[in-house]
Amino acid sequence: MKILVCISHVPDTTTKINFTPDNKSLITQGVQFIINPYDEIALTRALELTEKSGGSVTVINVGEATTEPTLRKALAIGAADAVRINAQPREAFFVATQIAEYIKKTPYDLILCGRESIDFNSGTVPSMVAEMLGIPSVAISKTIQVENGKAVIEREIEGGKEVIECALPLIAGCSESVAEPRIPNMRGIMSARTKPLVVVEPVQTETFTKVAGYDKPAPRSSVKLVDAAEPGKLLELLHTEKKVI
Amino acid sequence: MTDRFTAPDYYWIDELLTEEQKLVRNSVREWVKKEISPIIEQAAQKAEFPKHLIKGLAHIGAFGPYLPQQYGGGGLDQVSYGLIMQELERGDSGIRSTASVQSSLVMYPIYTYGSEGQRKKYLPKLATGEWMGCFGLTEPDFGSNPSGMLSNFKDKGDHVILNGSKMWISNAPFADVAVVWAKDEKGEINGLILERGMKGFTTPETHGKWSLRASATGELVFDNVKVPKENIFPNVKGLKGPLGCLNSARYGISWGAVGAAMDCYDSALRYSKERIQFGKPIGAFQLTQKKLAEMITEITKAQLLCWRLGVLKNENRATPAQISLAKRNNVNMALEIAREARQIHGGMGITGEYPIMRHMMNLESVITYEGTHDIHLLITGMDVTGISAFE
Repeated sequence: MKILVCISHVPDTTTKINFTPDNKSLITQGVQFIINPYDEIALTRALELTEKSGGSVTVINVGEATTEPTLRKALAIGAADAVRINAQPREAFFVATQIAEYIKKTPYDLILCGRESIDFNSGTVPSMVAEMLGIPSVAISKTIQVENGKAVIEREIEGGKEVIECALPLIAGCSESVAEPRIPNMRGIMSARTKPLVVVEPVQTETFTKVAGYDKPAPRSSVKLVDAAEPGKLLELLHTEKKVI
Repeated sequence: MTDRFTAPDYYWIDELLTEEQKLVRNSVREWVKKEISPIIEQAAQKAEFPKHLIKGLAHIGAFGPYLPQQYGGGGLDQVSYGLIMQELERGDSGIRSTASVQSSLVMYPIYTYGSEGQRKKYLPKLATGEWMGCFGLTEPDFGSNPSGMLSNFKDKGDHVILNGSKMWISNAPFADVAVVWAKDEKGEINGLILERGMKGFTTPETHGKWSLRASATGELVFDNVKVPKENIFPNVKGLKGPLGCLNSARYGISWGAVGAAMDCYDSALRYSKERIQFGKPIGAFQLTQKKLAEMITEITKAQLLCWRLGVLKNENRATPAQISLAKRNNVNMALEIAREARQIHGGMGITGEYPIMRHMMNLESVITYEGTHDIHLLITGMDVTGISAFE
């Protein structure tokens, strides 16, 4: 089974976010970039599936050369080879187009992604890629099994779960419960040195969104404690001060 | 308590590291957060070595990371080795000590001074943690002056008979293999590989330590131990054998101390912003800021010292005296920072809720073992004046 795992290169979760004076881009000085944690889960599940039933795992990223350390980490974790589409990942449609065009030329049995990336959190790339390729997609998977050429996926639904059986090829977005991410070991890091990392030029495509500006959320205000014996006061505050009821 | 550690990098020293070095460092950092931080306080409180970590330490590559892959090593460079030690000691000095001993004091001498047969027999199993090792140099009456050692062996044809004892030996209580330094009949120091189970070889545990409590320490006792001659290192004689090992281990300690200091600083910085006194965070007071500013200054200097020493080691140019300077400076720096960080934490600093006291107590051993603070000063003194002040 050939599995492709889509990897986003995102700021570490502990990053202190600051923007350039025009508020249109992130200041990356001193920012540590990591594999999107949900993509790491997808990668681990892909490795588990191929370790069980054979096959190979390729990782793909749409990004400039600065994202290569992230792909090397994916290789150190266990992917066999990596592909970098040499372009700035401007927005979800652009990224999805690049990935779909690559898959059209190099088909895979299963394409795994994180349910969303933790930088822009749109969670739309997997569905867009599926639409562009005309294959099924499951946006937020809880578990992924592959048996007899078919995928069995548990999916989150309101108040419960849904079990889906689906023919391959298929694209799925992975959530936390799909796998426990692996930490690369020294042997993996050493072998990643010589694994292939192919750079592919992007296809021309439109972009439909542009950044108007970024703003940080307002700082959290202080907590106001209301005596448990005075629930009416809480209601009054929610009504008059917060205006939520 | 969740490990909220964020590594300080005031001078963007990460830019001096290769992507591979950063990947090694980050992988070990992640492993420490996942495996060491949740259990270490309890292990230290109970004075128990968390033996279950051995498999994980081997898996991430903490045993012999700079030795060639054909013997089970990682094939990494010296800066990567240092970064591994930094991250392990950020978790706990006791765990770093276990990895230091295995790598620099057991695997390194077997690789450097051992025969091909010795390398093939021991190194792969030591790399996977299937066998754990210890290093016997210090004796009850010979610490800073190892050349006076009393442990000795007599030639009996195809084997030797070893007598004597060693003290303050990390990993001794559970080690399968011991690299032991003893004198032959001519009074020359030789290295021997002992295996658990050899008749007359025992390893009683040292109890009641207030330091390195999550690491096992013991003695090595040799009572007419019959050691096959093929277990003697063929390629080294004299004090340069054990001192070569100590150079490698001391280099790792100079990085490890930075890890302990970083953890104390990070905890103190966070605490100083969260702890409110007189209506504002204690980090707003000048005296707290002085402590924190001096901490980050010293950590930054120590980080640069380590990085430069690592580059020199990679080029095979680092001198023993340069390593002494780094070990002495960095361990003392870490101990001072632990003490200042303890003050910032106030009463909370003495509890196991924070890592400060554990690091501080650990560092009291680290400042003494592998060459005391004073002995390293004399090594630097001798190096700059050309005059020995040891005797």
